[in-house]
Amino acid sequence: MSDTRLMKGNEALAEAVIRSGCQGYFGYPITPQSEILEYLADEGRKRGMVVMQVESELAAINMVYGAAGAGARVMTSSSSPGISLMQEGLSYIACAELPCLVVNVNRGGPGLGTIQPSQGDYFQSTKGGGHGDYHLIVLAPASVQEMADFVYDAFELADKYRNPVMILADGALGQMMEKVTFKQYDPKEHAVAKPWATTGKPTTRERNIVTSLHIQPEKMEAINQHLQGKYDRVRREEVRYQLISAEDAEILVVGYGLSARICHRAVELARHRGLPVGMMRPITLFPYPYDVLREMRKRLSGVLVVELNSGQMVEDVRLAIEGHVPVEFFGRMGGIIPSPEEVLEKITQMFDRVNVKQVEESHA
Amino acid sequence: MPETMVSQNGFEVVWEKPETLTETKLHYCPGCSHGVVHKILMEVVQELNIQSDTIGVAPVGCSVFAYNYLNVDMQEAAHGRAAAVATGIKRMLPDKYVFSYQGDGDLAAIGTGETIHAANRGENILVIFINNAIYGMTGGQMAPTTLLGMKTSTTPEGREVETQGFPFRITELIAMLPGAHYVTRHAVHTPNTVRQFKKAVTKSFQYQKEKKGYCLIEIVSNCPSGWKMTPPEANKWMEQNMFPVYPLGDLKVDGKLVEKRPAAPAAKN
Repeated sequence: MSDTRLMKGNEALAEAVIRSGCQGYFGYPITPQSEILEYLADEGRKRGMVVMQVESELAAINMVYGAAGAGARVMTSSSSPGISLMQEGLSYIACAELPCLVVNVNRGGPGLGTIQPSQGDYFQSTKGGGHGDYHLIVLAPASVQEMADFVYDAFELADKYRNPVMILADGALGQMMEKVTFKQYDPKEHAVAKPWATTGKPTTRERNIVTSLHIQPEKMEAINQHLQGKYDRVRREEVRYQLISAEDAEILVVGYGLSARICHRAVELARHRGLPVGMMRPITLFPYPYDVLREMRKRLSGVLVVELNSGQMVEDVRLAIEGHVPVEFFGRMGGIIPSPEEVLEKITQMFDRVNVKQVEESHA
Repeated sequence: MPETMVSQNGFEVVWEKPETLTETKLHYCPGCSHGVVHKILMEVVQELNIQSDTIGVAPVGCSVFAYNYLNVDMQEAAHGRAAAVATGIKRMLPDKYVFSYQGDGDLAAIGTGETIHAANRGENILVIFINNAIYGMTGGQMAPTTLLGMKTSTTPEGREVETQGFPFRITELIAMLPGAHYVTRHAVHTPNTVRQFKKAVTKSFQYQKEKKGYCLIEIVSNCPSGWKMTPPEANKWMEQNMFPVYPLGDLKVDGKLVEKRPAAPAAKN
């Protein structure tokens, strides 16, 4: 039986959290994601979840550490300044290899910034964020439907790799209302054994220790190599992206999350004008879909990267393109959302430049 | 346990290492209190037969490696966050016994927020608080509980109020909170104080079983290495200087404040 509703992104995510069998939520209110805590405090508690509003994001992420270490399916959510406070805990969680979900409904920064949508936390989310060599697995929804669907994926990836998983949304995705259909999901079918968890030591096994402390350099290097091996496996097996009108595209637009929705419309407008434009939407931001860009770079004339920041993901695009074709960037900051027409204008300008270049080359 | 046990060579066994302690040799300095506190804590876990139901949280500080010695499931917390980690465990496993083991820097400086709020929520955990008025692990710097006039590597002229404020009597503060059920201060430098401490640990686990809420046992401790004294000198100095500021005894029992507590000494510099 399908269950379709009209919901805010934050509420759809929270409803999926309950349906995913999440046992514990620990969080602190911050705009624009407080609906997650509010929804869970009501619906989640009624349906058996432990839901705690606690004294700070520091406490919340460390409660997630303790609860995940005790073998439970748990999560927290916050927005940019709160996620900054959680970076210490995320580093410990990554090293101790504790599965959990962290939701960041990104707002504009730096500092206290603005409560309006932003993608300014791309670096922090995808490159580690806290101290030491580690990665979160990062999923970037672009609709209310994906805000819900990615919750199940996130918990399963977290269990599969014993790694923290982040859903990186933004203020608009959290606040907008759209139709969402909840799938049938039986958490029992997706439960995994956690023999490493601290659930109390029976006489039949040695004690379990959840720690990130390894004073011997050789041991700590081995731990790091193990983590890097895991991230390599994630890079090989978990890349997800979406291609739109990309087969014959000369200019490829790249955007994720909210900016991908704007880019999609801009690509449609460009196609109406007869411009051969396509787009690539990364769904996983770590692991990043470098390979699809590497394959396409030979037949493209240029790439336009659109983000709600000063240019962060564009660095990953340039790593994949490696100078083969021009990579240009268009971004707005501080909570400003560009219109599809603004993006279309950038696309058109880029075609003019690329065409000029081709004419010059033919004369040379 | 039978009343008397006889070892293979015919001697009467008066004490046996409990299974709740591992074979690992302690790394603590001679005269340090940690070894005694570890031992008593694990003796109680053994006597109550709750090893399989007990989960501990280790701090950052000298006892960061407590899990090398305590033979129960353990989690190592970030500096100051042990009360939050213990909360996460306890909320997921409410029928297990959960304790945190923390020093003065961990509990009363960097972890003050987590400490106070866990107590105020009445979190059903036991917090073991080692107060030796100094940062032992990092080499003898000032702690929040360092006494006025006390010399440390970061208060070379002695702690003074103008820049460092007062010794933090956080245990008195916690006793005031309605969520705190049992708050008590002990020492482990004499046979009698060790016996008293053991009773407090037993009582705390009993309260936890009955879901009475937050229990805190402060242990006023020495630090011969950090204080640059021999162990006997350190114990004497502790009795003369620490006990007046941190008087031993119960502050709160069964949710009721104990009246007629010794007053805090007037601040002088």
